Amino acid sequence: MTEQLSRPAAPTSPMPPTIEDNVNLTTGEVFLDRSTGHPVMQLKDVGVAFGGRSAVRNVSFDVFDREITALIGPSGSGKTTLLRALNRMHDTVRSAKVTGKIMLGDTDVYSGSTDPTLLRSRVGMVFQRPNPFPTMSIYENAVAGLRFNGVRKKALLDEAAESALVAAALWDSVSDRLKSHASTLSGGEQQRLCIARALAVEPEVLLMDEPTSALDPIATKRIEELIGELKNRVTIIIVTHNMQQAMRVADRCAFLLMGEDRTGELIEFGSASKLFSEPDDPRTLDYVNGRFG
Amino acid sequence: MTTLSFDSPADPILERRRQIQGIAKATVGRRKTYSRAAIGICWVFLVIAVIPLVAVILYTLAKGLPAWSTGFFTQVTKPEGIPNGGVWNAIVGTVIIGAIATAVTIPLGLLAGLFLAESDGWAAGAIRFAADVMTGVPSILMGIFGYIALVRTFGYAAWIGAFSIGMIMLPVIMRAGETAIRGVDPHLSEAGLALGARKFMIARRIVLPAALPGIITGALLAIARGVGETAPLLFTIFGNQYLQANPTKPMEALPLVIYNYSSQPYADLIQIAWGAALLLMSAVLILNIGSRWLAGFLQRERR
Repeated sequence: MTEQLSRPAAPTSPMPPTIEDNVNLTTGEVFLDRSTGHPVMQLKDVGVAFGGRSAVRNVSFDVFDREITALIGPSGSGKTTLLRALNRMHDTVRSAKVTGKIMLGDTDVYSGSTDPTLLRSRVGMVFQRPNPFPTMSIYENAVAGLRFNGVRKKALLDEAAESALVAAALWDSVSDRLKSHASTLSGGEQQRLCIARALAVEPEVLLMDEPTSALDPIATKRIEELIGELKNRVTIIIVTHNMQQAMRVADRCAFLLMGEDRTGELIEFGSASKLFSEPDDPRTLDYVNGRFG
Repeated sequence: MTTLSFDSPADPILERRRQIQGIAKATVGRRKTYSRAAIGICWVFLVIAVIPLVAVILYTLAKGLPAWSTGFFTQVTKPEGIPNGGVWNAIVGTVIIGAIATAVTIPLGLLAGLFLAESDGWAAGAIRFAADVMTGVPSILMGIFGYIALVRTFGYAAWIGAFSIGMIMLPVIMRAGETAIRGVDPHLSEAGLALGARKFMIARRIVLPAALPGIITGALLAIARGVGETAPLLFTIFGNQYLQANPTKPMEALPLVIYNYSSQPYADLIQIAWGAALLLMSAVLILNIGSRWLAGFLQRERR
């Protein structure tokens, strides 16, 4: 959180915060809570079907501002399918059909007047495997999203790239070789570059589809720490196979399970602590205790 | 704990988000127009590229269909002035020549392709290079080669035409086979190795079956290419007015009919040439479509 160290407390706050409230007195770190405590995304009865075959259905929950929401469940429960519905990635699949209602703030995600590209600049995504653009430099990767969105001002590009690379804990190791190719980075670094690339556009929500499944445990640990640090900057929805990971990073959890007709359904949604200690549904308990899946 | 509500310009991140979203929104119209224009240009060029193709097909259809009659498919070629001529002898010839070429080149090309795919030595490199050069050799050279090497010894014969056509098909099948075999997940071979299987057993039981859709597509495309060739036949099979099924004798073939009759000054022979052109084009088209369908079908069957 290097960036926030230098940030002065906001003078315009209606009730001026006292310094004790926002500074960790032992580390000197300034704590800035941007959370509004409101939902940023609302899912109502969301379902996804491919060619008439339902893959996931009846999913309703709220995603709260600057929290980490984890989608957990065994393979085939529709976690990734659901995640990709949130920024209209299914638009590219002709047979895919999304039903129900998804709201991003006041924007109806699937309304005809919503431009999918503008929507995706507000809802970023990080994929399973690191996928930096192979022909671009580290810097060009970091600002790719900004360029796609029409940003041309060099100052803004530089500022956003540095901020995103700092936030992705990559700045210190790449600041002196921004012009080198992204393929010179290690797998973990590449994934952090992908996170920086997504962050540079300053999205409101960041979708992460098993972002550590292709990484070794040490790189995984760094990404997990990163996710924890990022949540004050962006609301995160993460799909994970790994229960320990969900337990470590998530504030809230949605547990999905494949029903008898092979369609994923939401079994339980709630705070992570409740889901992992005393869930309402016995199936959730079995799953989090590792009895299946 | 008091929390700061920092939805104010003092927060650089929220400020930057506002700025970026503002730019994105302001430029979305321009970007959309740009994108649509680019896609529109792609369409225009696509249409331009397709026009000659469609024109050839339509023109051949229009000119060739009137020639198609029962007699066209059942009668042998007849000289100018004698009515009711057909191309039955040429159909038989093309099928026989194509069949011989296919029967010889497919096993040969496939095994060579397997060798190329499994071997990285200098020999494989040299053979691969030779195959690539052979693909680019003008087909008339194959005909002349067949004439000099074989016709002068054995006389004009259908099997020499098949040989010349096979020389054109062979590198195509080799390279298509190699590509299909290389496309098989190497982990499958490793799984075979880890079970103690020998190299050829792995190829026969694991790799070749997995590569089958690609191999079949490549083979059918090579056949389609081969049966349409004229130049290798010109110097090798001579042509034959009569029905001939003996491959050691001169034979007629569809490309030869097209070549010979289209340069005649007689309207009925030119008509026959158009009909033969349409027939050959349809056969090649059916082979192409069939190979795609078969590959797709096999791909689906496996899942």
